[in-house]
Amino acid sequence: MEGLREIAVWICLIAGGAFSVIGGIGLVRMPDFYTRSHAASITDTLGAGLILLGLGLHSGLNLITVKLVFIFLFLYITSPTAAHALVKAAYSKGLDAPDIEEATGAARAIRNEALAVSRKGRGH
Amino acid sequence: MKRGLLLFVLLFVVWLLLSGHYTSPLMTYGALSCAGIVLLVRHLGILDEEALPVHLSLRWLVYAPWLMKEIVLSNIAVAKVILTPGLPIHPRMIRLTASQSSDVSRVIYANSITLTPGTVTLDVRGSEFLVHSLTSDSAEGLLSGEMDRRVSRVEGAASANGYFV
Repeated sequence: MEGLREIAVWICLIAGGAFSVIGGIGLVRMPDFYTRSHAASITDTLGAGLILLGLGLHSGLNLITVKLVFIFLFLYITSPTAAHALVKAAYSKGLDAPDIEEATGAARAIRNEALAVSRKGRGH
Repeated sequence: MKRGLLLFVLLFVVWLLLSGHYTSPLMTYGALSCAGIVLLVRHLGILDEEALPVHLSLRWLVYAPWLMKEIVLSNIAVAKVILTPGLPIHPRMIRLTASQSSDVSRVIYANSITLTPGTVTLDVRGSEFLVHSLTSDSAEGLLSGEMDRRVSRVEGAASANGYFV
């Protein structure tokens, strides 16, 4: 049983670390500010989440785990807020962004999709 | 009053869990500081539905696991995109209308969109959201409106049974 837990801990920590690294790679590979923010959100969510889960499994059911749960909850409120603040600031300062598409209902969305494809072709 | 009491209990539980002190003199100090915070919040007049959305708590328990699942799936999808040599992205800017009526629910929806990798909320004007999406898949997931419906369900349940409102 103890061995199984060790294995689960290591799977979580390694997977979390791997997702954080992938987020970092994405940060370098993505072409502009907005797309980079998507890559960064991998590190914020699954990377941090899996590492916290691994640490929680490692420490067992005690106050340390409770604190890890708090960190998890705070992270899940603050990281989208910070990401939103960053992209909103960039957008309102006029950083280049794709054209806005209107999508108020499902039917309109699908029509827009078709229009966008016929107008722009595949390349962007 | 009810809301103040609830905030006090919540704060005290958090204090106990974070401090790990269970001796009576320290617990008294903890209780006093929690009471002080509740009084301060009341004095500021921000002890309302928005600061403590208790009415959302029950349905939230149904929504949170679904959101976790979505986050994990989209994380894997975006990770795949990053590791694909050709970097197959198709950035789009989409304006959509949220169907929620209260600000708290809109915040939940907007934050859920941002939490899901591949989509990020740029701006919120009333019920109009401006969203940037990374790939066609993430845009389609958003336009299917499933998340919108689920957040509305969280809100709908709240106004139907009227907990603590």
